Amino acid sequence: MSLALHPTSKAFKANARAALKNETLQRAMGHLGFAQKRLEAVGRLPEFEALRDQARDIKNHTLQHLDFYLEHYEEKLRQSGGEVHWCRTPEEARQAILSICRSVGARTITKGKTMVAEEIALNPFLEANGVAPVETDLGEYIIQLRDEPPSHIIAPAIHVTKEQVADTFLEKHAAYGKTKLLSEPREMLEEARGILREKFLGADVGLTGANFLIAETGSSIIVTNEGNGDLTQLLPRVHIVLATPEKMVPTLEDVSTILRLLARSATGQEFSVYTTVSTGPKRPQDIDGPEQYHVVILDNGRTAMLGTAFQDMLRCIRCSACLNHCPVYNAIGGHAYGWVYPGPMGSVLTPGLIGVDQAGALPNASTFCGKCESVCPMKIPLPGMMRHWREREYEQRLSPPAQRWGLAAWAFAAKRPRLYRLLTGLAARVLGLWGRRHGNMHNLPLAGGWTQFRDFPAPEGKTFHQLWSERGQR
Amino acid sequence: MDNTGKRPRVGLFVTCLVDLIRPTVGFAAVKLLEDAGCIVEVPAAQVCCGQPAYNSGDRADARDVARAVIEAFEGFDYVVAPSGSCAGMIRLHYPELFAEDAAMMPRVHHLANRTHELVSFLVDVMGVKFVAARYDGTITYHDSCSGLREMGVKAQPRALLGTVAGLTIKELPGAETCCGFGGTFCVKYPEISNRMVGDKAKDVAGTGADTLLAGDLGCLMNMAGKFTRDGVDVKVRHVAEVLADMAGDVPPIGRAK
Repeated sequence: MSLALHPTSKAFKANARAALKNETLQRAMGHLGFAQKRLEAVGRLPEFEALRDQARDIKNHTLQHLDFYLEHYEEKLRQSGGEVHWCRTPEEARQAILSICRSVGARTITKGKTMVAEEIALNPFLEANGVAPVETDLGEYIIQLRDEPPSHIIAPAIHVTKEQVADTFLEKHAAYGKTKLLSEPREMLEEARGILREKFLGADVGLTGANFLIAETGSSIIVTNEGNGDLTQLLPRVHIVLATPEKMVPTLEDVSTILRLLARSATGQEFSVYTTVSTGPKRPQDIDGPEQYHVVILDNGRTAMLGTAFQDMLRCIRCSACLNHCPVYNAIGGHAYGWVYPGPMGSVLTPGLIGVDQAGALPNASTFCGKCESVCPMKIPLPGMMRHWREREYEQRLSPPAQRWGLAAWAFAAKRPRLYRLLTGLAARVLGLWGRRHGNMHNLPLAGGWTQFRDFPAPEGKTFHQLWSERGQR
Repeated sequence: MDNTGKRPRVGLFVTCLVDLIRPTVGFAAVKLLEDAGCIVEVPAAQVCCGQPAYNSGDRADARDVARAVIEAFEGFDYVVAPSGSCAGMIRLHYPELFAEDAAMMPRVHHLANRTHELVSFLVDVMGVKFVAARYDGTITYHDSCSGLREMGVKAQPRALLGTVAGLTIKELPGAETCCGFGGTFCVKYPEISNRMVGDKAKDVAGTGADTLLAGDLGCLMNMAGKFTRDGVDVKVRHVAEVLADMAGDVPPIGRAK
């Protein structure tokens, strides 16, 4: 199931409602412990805040000179024998990957974790064209077996319970002669590892994402905890890196600054277990490595965000801190957002990539509590940019009519203090009398959204301004 | 006296919710400011800070409402609001709202720089160290998001509450997690909001405190409304009511006399 092919962001509200009622999902989401681990990791690094400023500045500089760094990157990569494929659209990226696969007669392709592949719905496309994709990240492997999209950008199967994984393995691993229902995560890991080992060895092409592209050296970097990325990119004859232009950083020095933030912000680790740098195909003196090295760089609307109110979003390093700390994400999980990227970063990025007409609900589904911005290692002003999307939505008259009329009525009164005082004086009196017996109201016309779950506290009966003028203005 | 050594003239920004729902909070603010040595005035032309329009993407109406605030509060030494959210709107978001209006900017910045949330103003600007108040009970404190993250309100209310006679503070686990109010969010996405305020109610009940305090009426109404609906027996009040020793004047939010 691909959310890129079947976006449901327009149905966000219904999705969220269903997610809140989904007991299995709620049980699975209850284990998200990344926020606490991040807090502890940050506490152990006194220069964490200073690093955030540095990282923000590095990315701002890079984005300001992105054309220069992209060209420099391509030149360096060519020198080491790699090839860059520039793609504007998902279709161009899919075709570029398929033609590389076809040029070597590939039947299977192993994949490291990449959200960009989700964005271009790569798996169903490859399957339809006779190339079998095999996800090698354990979480991605689980959801591939279950035919589900990822619900988190670094923990794609966070919505799946241990018991569900056991059932899935029992059903899908029977083909490999594994017929025991497992109960321990360790056993499940071992079983998946055994099966994946064969896939690694048999793959013709290995595809990974990129956490960073480094202009100085023409390298790409992936960080993983399972080592699957290394096996994916080293064993097959061809390595394809699927990246996007904003992954660029100028130098190795710069990337080491940002790497100090990435794992701490994501999982609370000091560093990911594997940080793998790749620079072109195998050289004569190398012991191993691919014969061919391709980098597919997909734009898909990103460079159009440069120079707009949304440019800061391109600093994102996909750490997931904003998801992990978001009370809305934690309540409903990732699938409810209806497209590839969930949580606060998704609520800003998705309207930029598929349009605010499709994804307008996402930037509205925030209390602007500001927690995401406060933990973002790249200091991206996420709530501010969600507000910018609301402005676009309002300008294009996309927000719901009831909301627009309500707002217009409020604004009409708010701009006329004497009328406003008359109305609020009346409201305070009527509601005050109505709610006097209980101190609150169980139902309130036009406020069903409130009183569905909460009582509405009764006003005291007179407004402050009435009482203030009665006391004689001091 | 403030840290410049004179009695400052303070314009009270009442906030639309306090005006309509809970005027006692406004009078508590007046008392606290006067006790701290301020001369308090309440400009009659004020209505709302404009946040409902601003956060709904309607910049034009937000600007019109904000312009009236800027005009109404010209000439005060300070502008103080019993809300971190409204104070944050004026202090941080007005400059953004008028970013394209160069002519307005000096007036906007002048107002923004003088605007404070009530309790942090008392402690940080007026140097208030204690209050003459009594509250017999155990309270827990929710840090409203805008006050906490935009205005730096965290230690100040706890410092002053610590000087209230008879009062015990029990810290709230997840005190910095949003209660799910979020202005129009709570009616646009009632189910998600309900889940958030439901979690908050559990955390509050778990402290064993008999009273929940916070500094923003929107959040307080959300939590009080959930408590009475679900039968959570915790009283809810604005922190200013307790600090001003006015808790006896009105029943807790959402409760009858």
